[in-house]
Amino acid sequence: MTGPKFSFDKPGKYIGQPTERPDTRRLLKGRGKFVDDIQLPRMLHAAFLRSPVAHAKIKSIDTSIAENIKGVVKILKGTDFIGIVEPYVGVLSHLAGLRSAPQMPLAVDTVRWQGEPVVMVIANSRAIAEDAASEIILDLEDLPAATNTEKALDKDEPVIHSEFDSNLAWERTVDVGNVDEVYARDDVVTVEKQFLFGRHTGVTLEARATIANYDPSENQLDIYYSGQAPHMMQFIYAKHLDIPEENVRVTAHDVGGAFGIKVHTYGDEIATAAAAKLMERPIKFLADRYESFMSDIHARDHVINSKMTVSKDGKILALEYDDLTGIGPFSMYPRTSAIEANQVLNLTGGPYTIPNYRANAKVVFQNKNMMCQYRAVGHPIAMALCDGLLEEAAAAINLDSVELRKRNLIPDDTYPTTSTTGMKLDDLSHQKALSKLIEMMDYEKLKKENADLKKQGMYRGIGFCSMIEVTNPSPMFYGIGGAPIASQDGATIRLDAGGGIHVASSVTEQGQGTNAVLAQVAADVFGVDMDRVQVTTGDTKTTPYGGGTWASRGAGIGGEAVYLAAEALKDQVLDVAGVMLQSKPEDLNIDNGHVIDNLSKEKRMSLADLARTVYYRGNELPSDMSPELIATRHFRVTDTPFVFTNGAMAAHVELDIETGIVKILNFWAVEDCGRVINPMLVDEQIRGGVVQGIGHALYEECLYSDDGQLLNTTLADYLVPMATEMPEIHVGHIETPTKTSVLGAKGAGEAGTGGAPACIINAVNDILRPLGVTNYQIPMTPNRLLDTLRSAKI
Amino acid sequence: MVDTKTITVTVNNEEYTSTVNVRKNLIDYLREDLGLTGSHVGCEHGVCGACTLDMNGQTVRSCLILAVQADGMEITTIEGLPSEGIAEELKKSFAKNNALQCGYCTPGMLSSALEYLNNGGRANKEEIRRHISGNYCRCTGYQAIVEAIYDVAENGVSK
Ligand code: FES
Ligand code: FES
Repeated sequence: MTGPKFSFDKPGKYIGQPTERPDTRRLLKGRGKFVDDIQLPRMLHAAFLRSPVAHAKIKSIDTSIAENIKGVVKILKGTDFIGIVEPYVGVLSHLAGLRSAPQMPLAVDTVRWQGEPVVMVIANSRAIAEDAASEIILDLEDLPAATNTEKALDKDEPVIHSEFDSNLAWERTVDVGNVDEVYARDDVVTVEKQFLFGRHTGVTLEARATIANYDPSENQLDIYYSGQAPHMMQFIYAKHLDIPEENVRVTAHDVGGAFGIKVHTYGDEIATAAAAKLMERPIKFLADRYESFMSDIHARDHVINSKMTVSKDGKILALEYDDLTGIGPFSMYPRTSAIEANQVLNLTGGPYTIPNYRANAKVVFQNKNMMCQYRAVGHPIAMALCDGLLEEAAAAINLDSVELRKRNLIPDDTYPTTSTTGMKLDDLSHQKALSKLIEMMDYEKLKKENADLKKQGMYRGIGFCSMIEVTNPSPMFYGIGGAPIASQDGATIRLDAGGGIHVASSVTEQGQGTNAVLAQVAADVFGVDMDRVQVTTGDTKTTPYGGGTWASRGAGIGGEAVYLAAEALKDQVLDVAGVMLQSKPEDLNIDNGHVIDNLSKEKRMSLADLARTVYYRGNELPSDMSPELIATRHFRVTDTPFVFTNGAMAAHVELDIETGIVKILNFWAVEDCGRVINPMLVDEQIRGGVVQGIGHALYEECLYSDDGQLLNTTLADYLVPMATEMPEIHVGHIETPTKTSVLGAKGAGEAGTGGAPACIINAVNDILRPLGVTNYQIPMTPNRLLDTLRSAKI
Repeated sequence: MVDTKTITVTVNNEEYTSTVNVRKNLIDYLREDLGLTGSHVGCEHGVCGACTLDMNGQTVRSCLILAVQADGMEITTIEGLPSEGIAEELKKSFAKNNALQCGYCTPGMLSSALEYLNNGGRANKEEIRRHISGNYCRCTGYQAIVEAIYDVAENGVSK
């Protein structure tokens, strides 16, 4: 290493600044490039006929009318993919015992959820394909459907996969300390609650979209992908369509929201690629909103019976719960549908010192759409569960819940440490975050105000959550279990002849501002203006190999790789400059596009001059010098499975006891995501996450009938938060950089979604509890709250 | 049954004459036939607001309008928003306030915001929130969007 190291002490020009995202220029001109914006020559369009019922045998499929519709090119059934697509199974070896059945892109002989693709119609336009799909006659023989999570393991419940003895997919128990000994004590108080978390889904405003194009002359498959993990999909298409991996190119341009919805393997997308290979033509498939609701993964679906025991002086002594979670008929490939339950087991109680802990999670199959990882996997469940019980316990021992938190949060000066469940924790700041939160919201004043207003018949409550968030995952998340999911990411930075730099990175952009953050780091560390930085992400052919963006890893892992590559390139450039300027490289630096004298700051040569000499006039350089103006570095988290962040959040709400409607008056979030590279982007990320969390707590639910019909499949009857219902969200930061990287950045994308539901649930129960009732079923719809209020003492 | 019709539409000050399928909606016509892909489709049933654009001075949901209904109309899409005046100020304010993440809601959001500002909308966050409540954004927390519009309502067009 020669060049001077980047110093965070003197604030960088870009790192830490609310820099505008270069990508917004394009998007504000209507020049984005989303999958549906792409038209390829000879492109065909796909539509799917989906199962109208939750569980049935396919007796026959009559496509004769559909085939004769003008413009229909091909109709494919499940059986047509046998031998063309290798079936896939959503299991991971580190989730011991997890089982699932092999899946094909379309149902072959049995349909197992309403919405499962059954027939694919390929036509000259989507409209014709849909017309034809509606003319296909499906002869189905109904089978009894297993739709009730709580009954899924009952003896008389239909078993969804005949090769298994029951609908159990996975089970795990964690048992630390001895909860029974605590229960036997007579100086303790135990509170017990059942938590019900309904299903909801991501509702990316741009629905899932794929174009597949196949060129037989080169055995080349090109996928235009609206998603988060291009390299993972490259592996999956290659393996299951039997094409060498290097012959599959997956490109993601603009992605209209993802939130974990777009990081999985969907049958309709695999079928699109398989059909393109079969027909040797480009095929486009766009899910419409109806299909999104029925086939985008759903999230949550937990029934939890739980209890917490505290001493009368406010120490949490024990936490125990059973979590039952329904995942649909298959475990999703390749991430599996057991990760959420596993996260709940690992994360619940993570902010606190809890000596005794016993938990069991059962993951069960159902005849409903598949459930899998969506933003803040497991976190909202874990946080709502522990902090909900904590609020109950505080009330039971007549202690302010903030005080109970203070007495039990893992102290800021005790890191590194491990959580009760064995998670390695470091660089966290729960106490500082809670203090800052209390100050920001003026808690004491607010409490008094609530009490005064109650006398006037207004029902207001405050709810808190102290949380941890899994970010920057290491190989221990998926890779260890055999999934084709990279946890390391890479960056290549090249100095171009004009003196600008080009960054290619394997993390991806879905609007978070990844590209901007990478450009900020590269510009600062290397020493050029951000206008001279171009960034490429989302392309398996031109970026280094990596995992993409999920589990809040873009800035923390992708940013660090860029940091390392920028340092390396700087060293290389200064080596060349040293020779050209007859100076020692360590006496030189790069600033504002120039090689400068490190002491006097005087400009010695522009980067364009240097690069042009190297590229065009190599004859001017000593012949034994072979300059490299390109550097690649990779980064992975090594000594810990995840880099945890922490946060403290609070909601102030008002409940109209006549209508059951909850109005959110204010929301505060204090987040410690390590070094903040761009506060403007982080703040709105957190707000966006909070708004999704509020949606889950109050409005959003995928409602099923008893026989497995999804009842709300339009945006008119699945409610997502709108501007007028949302509060001002005040964001505060504590910055404790992670020691696992130089940059010190942790993730921030999921905190809001992980913590907001707990705050809302707790705030509403803060109102209900004095009335003698509680409600721990989310979403807390007006109907549910009115039901609860019926037995309230008002 | 006649299933096509010839229409003449002015889009972003350019006149187009096209023969369209009568069942084709306006947004599909703009995106597929004219290649103006700046307007987006989020729901196709008039709820999400992503397809909102200006037709003869009024904001409309272009997924709920048939292309044939736009015969003789003047349409402005995000591609045709002027690079000056209030529209330009609004775009700058969106960038400055980080009022877009994925940008999928943005064309509709800009259109609704312009409607608000052009009709004398005040610098009042409640009113702005109410006005854009027909436009879903799934990425931001809406706050940045509200602030972006507020700033323009308050400061107008900078000289
Ligand atoms: S696409 Fe027109 S309102 Fe949603
Ligand atoms: S920015 Fe993505 S939907 Fe609004």
